[in-house]
Amino acid sequence: MIIDLLIPVILMLLVAISCGSLLGYAVKAFKTDENPLEDQINDLLPQTQCGQCGHPGCRPYAKAIAEGGPINRCPPGGEATISALAALLNVAFEPLDAEHGVEDIRRVAYIHEEECIGCTKCIQACPVDAILGAAKFMHTVIVQECTGCDLCIEPCPVDCIDMIPAKDELQRWNWQLPESLIITSDRRQQICQ
Amino acid sequence: MNQLIFPLKRGIHLPERKSISLQSPIIESKLPPQLFLPITQPHYEKAKVLVSVGDYVRQGQLLVKGNGLSGINIHSPSDGIISAIGPHPIANASQLPEITLTIDTLPSDKATFCQLDESLETLKSEHCFSPMDWRRATPAELIVRASECGLVGLGGAGFPTARKLQAALQDVHTLIINAAECEPYITADHALLLEHAEQVIRGIEILLEILPQAECLIGIEENKNEAIEVLHRALLNAENSRIALRIIPTLYPSGAEKQLIYILTGQEVRSGKLTIESGYLCHNVGTAFALQQAVESGKALTHRIVTVTGDAVSKPNNYRVAFGTPVEFLLNQAGVNLTKLSTLIHGGPLMGLEVTSHMVPVTSISNCFIAGTIEEFPPNPPARPCIRCSYCADVCPAGLLPQQLYWFSRSQEQDKARAHHLFDCIECGACAYVCPSHIPLVHYYRAAKADIRVADEKQQMANHSKERFEFHQQRLALEKQQEESRRAERARLASEHKKTSSDTRNDAQALIAAALARVKEKKEITNKQKNKDKD
Repeated sequence: MIIDLLIPVILMLLVAISCGSLLGYAVKAFKTDENPLEDQINDLLPQTQCGQCGHPGCRPYAKAIAEGGPINRCPPGGEATISALAALLNVAFEPLDAEHGVEDIRRVAYIHEEECIGCTKCIQACPVDAILGAAKFMHTVIVQECTGCDLCIEPCPVDCIDMIPAKDELQRWNWQLPESLIITSDRRQQICQ
Repeated sequence: MNQLIFPLKRGIHLPERKSISLQSPIIESKLPPQLFLPITQPHYEKAKVLVSVGDYVRQGQLLVKGNGLSGINIHSPSDGIISAIGPHPIANASQLPEITLTIDTLPSDKATFCQLDESLETLKSEHCFSPMDWRRATPAELIVRASECGLVGLGGAGFPTARKLQAALQDVHTLIINAAECEPYITADHALLLEHAEQVIRGIEILLEILPQAECLIGIEENKNEAIEVLHRALLNAENSRIALRIIPTLYPSGAEKQLIYILTGQEVRSGKLTIESGYLCHNVGTAFALQQAVESGKALTHRIVTVTGDAVSKPNNYRVAFGTPVEFLLNQAGVNLTKLSTLIHGGPLMGLEVTSHMVPVTSISNCFIAGTIEEFPPNPPARPCIRCSYCADVCPAGLLPQQLYWFSRSQEQDKARAHHLFDCIECGACAYVCPSHIPLVHYYRAAKADIRVADEKQQMANHSKERFEFHQQRLALEKQQEESRRAERARLASEHKKTSSDTRNDAQALIAAALARVKEKKEITNKQKNKDKD
């Protein structure tokens, strides 16, 4: 009688212990140090490391977003990044927070070489090693690598760095959507005018 | 002869309007007082301008050096003086000016030319290339010649021929020569064939010399009877068993690259793949002719045949025109009636672009200029909402769903547009032509494509920057670590030094103590002796 009762209890206990230990092992074995969401968000950010969002780089901002921070503080990414983030996190789209900057065309740093004194301060400031030079030698920007983050402007003691558009007007030009359809009644009005 | 044709399943029949510009043989255009040569390069490659303002240039002189095989060399079509280098309107969708060399032309009469400047004698006609015996030349030599002469595709895209040939060297098994010329009004290739069929065939033979493993198919629409006849005769004379002429049904857009490949071979080029990757190389008949001229006569590409047509000109015809000739000059030669002219189109009526400036120059891609009256090209009625009639899907030669693409493009759902193969759209305009609501469909597709390209570029840049930033951080960490280990090493050395130095100090003190002890001992001894002496 008691044995009949004990067998299922012991069985259930065994199952529970084995499941529990399996889970406990899995937690240890498959532990991830980083938040995977943070990685996904980081991949969507433009990686300029410019700090305009108020965080010291893209990954810190990704961390802040993953913890529920606002998604509209990245001017280099602009609306495209905001809508991608909104889609990823399943939150509503918000327009870019103008406090942190406005969306602009891609610019790259340009060093006025005749003014450069070769102090290497901009080289140290560049987060992507896009500036080439050595102490007391003229520096120059590798245009393809420059993200346009502005971080080299401030350290320059002689103000010889300017941000110039990466592409000229002709290269930047693209087809835009035609003006959207207007409803018939509106159109009649417009034609009358 | 007409076996093995795989007719296009979808397309449109258009009024041809080709005969109006085929009334007389090709006319040699006069030389305009000024030529405008844009320095446009494919994909905005860097190019080197070799001349400066005020320089005298000879016909055929190299003015702009392109970047290797992927750049375009630009030669002077005429003797003259470079009078300006700066922005000038060109035929492009953006209506933005491009950097352009302006050449004040001089009469090619040598005497007048030499009176202007004696130093010109030194500039003799060394700018001509020597004719080549292509049957003995290697493919590499022929490709270099094509590059030197600035050869580009004359069909419409203007891609550097040498680059295309270089890419085709490995695994191209079929050379397709495009003589379809399916768009209304345009007859430039037709006229070229009527007068230069033999040279075109020789050009094709040169192409086959470069691609020894390839077979050649020439595709021509059945409405070009005279050209077909001339080609037949030229082929019989050439007796090259690797070239076959295929007559294809007249249907727009059978002259599009991938569509023509399907018609001639029954094979479809995979979505997203280049034709070359699938083993097909397409060239226009004009390009074959230019190659023949470059190889056999050593002539750089400085002229092309342009159809000038439309109801607003009284002498519509094909003209052989120097690159850089402003369209205004060309229209005047064709007897334009400016009061009747309402729309000026560069290219064909479906795929071409409307040009606003009459100073737009002829370039390598200018196959046609249409000076249209208001009856010919009435203004587009306002677009009405889509009624889902699906006429567009019935005519799409790429087998897409134009209606779906329209919705996705309009709502900027780029992922869905891409998933519906937006990038297989060849922008032929058949869908917009049949649309009963007059929706500018192609315009939507172009905008969506541009959007996607910009976003892709941005993402690529971000990935690249991320990689570099991570590397930068790794480097900084490594440097810090190295600095740390160096400091530890220095600290160790310093402490050792300290120890040894303290040892030596102890030694010195011991020596002093010993010396003092010795002195003391000596003193004691002397004192003892003194005491002894006293006693």
